[in-house]
Amino acid sequence: MEQKPTLKNTEKVIEIKELYKSFGNYHVLKGVDLDLYKGENLVVLGKSGTGKSVLIKILVGLLTPGSGEVKVLNQHVDQISYKELLALRLKVGFSFQNSALYDSMTVRQNLEFPLVRNQRKLTKAEVNLAVEEMLDAVGLLQTINQMPSELSGGQRKRIGIARTLILRPEIMLYDEPTAGLDPITCLEINSLINQVQERFHTSSIVITHDLTCAKAVGNRVAMLLDGQFQRIGTFEEVFNTTDERVKPFYDYNFIQ
Amino acid sequence: MENKAENPSIPNAEVKGPGKLARMFLTLYDVYKFIARFFKEGFLPPYEAKELFRQCYEIGYRSALLISTTGFITGIVFTKQSRPSLSEFGATSWLPSLVGIALLRTLAPLLTGLIAAGKVGSSIGAELGSMRVTEQIDAMEVSATNPFKFLVSTRVLAATITIPILTFYTAMVGMLGALLNVSLSEGTSARAFFQASLEQITFLDITASTIKAVLFGFTIGMVGCYQGYNSSKGTEGVGKAANSAVVIAMFLIFIEEVVSVQFFGLFRS
Repeated sequence: MEQKPTLKNTEKVIEIKELYKSFGNYHVLKGVDLDLYKGENLVVLGKSGTGKSVLIKILVGLLTPGSGEVKVLNQHVDQISYKELLALRLKVGFSFQNSALYDSMTVRQNLEFPLVRNQRKLTKAEVNLAVEEMLDAVGLLQTINQMPSELSGGQRKRIGIARTLILRPEIMLYDEPTAGLDPITCLEINSLINQVQERFHTSSIVITHDLTCAKAVGNRVAMLLDGQFQRIGTFEEVFNTTDERVKPFYDYNFIQ
Repeated sequence: MENKAENPSIPNAEVKGPGKLARMFLTLYDVYKFIARFFKEGFLPPYEAKELFRQCYEIGYRSALLISTTGFITGIVFTKQSRPSLSEFGATSWLPSLVGIALLRTLAPLLTGLIAAGKVGSSIGAELGSMRVTEQIDAMEVSATNPFKFLVSTRVLAATITIPILTFYTAMVGMLGALLNVSLSEGTSARAFFQASLEQITFLDITASTIKAVLFGFTIGMVGCYQGYNSSKGTEGVGKAANSAVVIAMFLIFIEEVVSVQFFGLFRS
């Protein structure tokens, strides 16, 4: 499998400095530093429970940081008003691990929901066109009138991504996009993430513990260990190590 | 490549949770904030009119059959049980007015409130709880939509609007049950029955019932939404949310009934 090249862009769209986050006595993030550059896909790897999802939830204001600085598109997420946060969220798409589709709505209504509430001047025909275009982009136009319960896991992921993309965000945050999917569907999702990067010119953070996904979609890879990013670089740079905390990841995914 | 050194030292002081009493006050403050948010955001644009109408229909439709059955049976049973006491004094002719007043003042609002707490409250609690657990509420948040407005404001308003309508419907169905019993036992005509029962009903009775029903509706909607919206993670959280939505709403309805009986009693004396 081809490894993606590192991009040369130096414009930062996300800056995280000395980020701490605890839940009671449990310290999840212990001084995290991370930058996301415009146009790149950054993969965050780490074991379950190491705070990967917590990190991206802080980026969209679903969780508040304990301390530290979190800037998204030059705005301090924890210091802006709720109205400003809503405006910022229009530019940051979040794809949930379990897709989080609204199960009482059809696929069409799921995609319409964020669109009609954020672009109230759109006519019914424009909304329909936007929904159909986006479903076509993820290859699931035929599911437009289906309920989420009638879709497969992979289809739900794609619809979840389409619902996020319909607002044309500048940044995409993917939480475990390939979790619970079969290997073929994983490849399809990896390809979709790359297509999104190319077609919609998004900068993305992809949370995963799937190294195949990391290698396929990441321009850079960051390894979250013990509450900090211990290794950041290309896939090869991160895994070219004798670090006993890192090696098992590689061995499990590629040698087993 | 960046390669960070070992972790910096983290202050690892024991974090003690609040005590029972403090937790109770924290919960009360949380409830206060939730209610305040409803009044702050619920009536401001953008309005979710379509969702509001959908919820009104759902609440009405979901409870109509049960309320019809219960109201009708209550009318029959209440009339039947009251007859012996009244006949001892030769006052069976008072049955229609007794039933009318009892139904409108207390039975209809209370029955409707309790049934709606069970049917509607649990359903709202479970629905929002399940949406919380499956991150659907978070998904609304991150798509720059205010989930409180869409989910909570519409449901609380719908319950507040629909329960009073259902209350008068219950009263009407209850009267029909009573009419059936009275006409079979005493051969009273429908016209005479309604004339006798309605002439004793005052404007204060109607006002008091309406206010009580509005209060019950608001309570059911608010408790269901609060429990569901703030439910903890996991399927257990959904069950808990649905269950506590019913228990707390019923408890509050009884308290509101006692307080309102005392309050409106002041205007009757």
